[in-house]
Amino acid sequence: MMKALYHWVDERLGLSELAKLAAKKTVPVHRHSFWYFWGGISLFFFLVQCVTGVLLLVYYRPGPEAYESVRQITNEIHFGWLIRSAHSWSANLMVVAVFVHMFSVYFMKAYRSPREFGWWSGMLLLIITLLFGFSGYLLPMDELAYFATKVGLSIPEALPIIGQPMTNLFRGGLEVSELTVQRFFALHVVVMPAIFLPILVFHLWLVQKHGNATLPSEEAKPESERKSIPFFPNFLMQDLAMWLIALNVLALCASLYPWGIGEEADPLKPAPEGIHPEWYFMSAFQTLKLIGKLFSGELAAFGEGLGITLFTLGLILWTLIPLYDGKHENGRRARNATYFGLLALGIIVVTTIWGYMSL
Amino acid sequence: MSNAAEQPISNSLGATSSQEESLSRRAFTKVLFTGIGLCYAGAIGYPIYKYLASPIQKSMEAAKVSEVRLPEAQKLAPGSALLFKFGTKPGILIHHQDETWTAMEAVCTHMACTVQYQPESNRLFCACHDGVYDVKTGQAVSGPPPKPLKTFKVTVENDAVIISKV
Repeated sequence: MMKALYHWVDERLGLSELAKLAAKKTVPVHRHSFWYFWGGISLFFFLVQCVTGVLLLVYYRPGPEAYESVRQITNEIHFGWLIRSAHSWSANLMVVAVFVHMFSVYFMKAYRSPREFGWWSGMLLLIITLLFGFSGYLLPMDELAYFATKVGLSIPEALPIIGQPMTNLFRGGLEVSELTVQRFFALHVVVMPAIFLPILVFHLWLVQKHGNATLPSEEAKPESERKSIPFFPNFLMQDLAMWLIALNVLALCASLYPWGIGEEADPLKPAPEGIHPEWYFMSAFQTLKLIGKLFSGELAAFGEGLGITLFTLGLILWTLIPLYDGKHENGRRARNATYFGLLALGIIVVTTIWGYMSL
Repeated sequence: MSNAAEQPISNSLGATSSQEESLSRRAFTKVLFTGIGLCYAGAIGYPIYKYLASPIQKSMEAAKVSEVRLPEAQKLAPGSALLFKFGTKPGILIHHQDETWTAMEAVCTHMACTVQYQPESNRLFCACHDGVYDVKTGQAVSGPPPKPLKTFKVTVENDAVIISKV
């Protein structure tokens, strides 16, 4: 019976071809194989975001009632605090996983030919992930959300010529208000997923097409000395085990450290003391502050502009890495790419710690 | 030579016992993993169910109402009606031309549309599928309604009308 059903479906959809493809697919095994899991972990947290996000949509009301509806979700709806906490925690863990994934791909030189598009689509996904974080942060409309968005939007506002009109468009006016919440809501739950999902599918399709990249040191070995395991079921089971660990970490964080809600945003109140951006924007925040300190008075705006320009340049350089370190036999250049990566990682870590120390 | 002859026997013996062992171990693992899987499904499913079901409890509590007081409703002119909320559902209070009062649930028994009072033909009418009810008893007169409307007890006081479950 089941066999006949499978046969019927197989005839029409070609399932056995897929099964054959899955059977052929292998994953390299070496001492750095652990880093292969981080793309999957990022995906897991993204799926959690989809599920918990849809659940929050059930009670969330954007606009003037935003704060009240989040307060109800947190304090009145059964397990609302847990769903919301899981959404916030999973967002943060997703950013962690995405960063680990990006740096592991970078240092394993997995961006090299023919995987350039994997790297570029991944960078796009990273940027959209951060924008997801930024837009979602405003939605509860508490004090922190309000001021974080105010500060965050002043960065694009500093851009010459287009900065002001573009930022006004995103903000729905000159000040952050319930109109901003409504806009960010539309971006957060409709526009950004609609952009994110096709890029994600493309990114995953590329992994299927090219397979996992191996380390340059593995590539130097003769074929017979390289080890690998079948994707199905061996690697998939390991992947699912990692998902299980990720789920447990998320459950512990979300239930032991539930995400709170602050006072309702009030434009007539001063910003609370010690206010600071989320950890993943801390490095950028601190660097801008440092560069800004170099310039004072009338030059302060110039300093901010310079900081943003430097950032953008760094990001472009980082994104274009496959173009100047694209070949597998790059000797000296490959080492320079590694140094560049270590420098970037070092700057991010140091400025983040510095940022927290100077709060 | 004798050693070699013995070896296969012990080997095959070992194989069967280990196979039996691995079978029971396999069954055990299967039960264990199914159990753990169910625990996870419950730990995730229960909060999600409770979360989604949250307002149901509230509305069920709101539906438990047995009496509603309509202040100033005694001033309703004869030959007219007003809609009110009885728990979660709409009710209709009618002041007839002969000075008598009727109240019933305004929810059509066919497909739950809200019915209306038509003074010119003195009937209760449901616009969704042309159902007609008797204005005093709530009996289904014509159209698709399968059952009469549920009626309430009406008590007219000096400053209000009290509607209560029969």
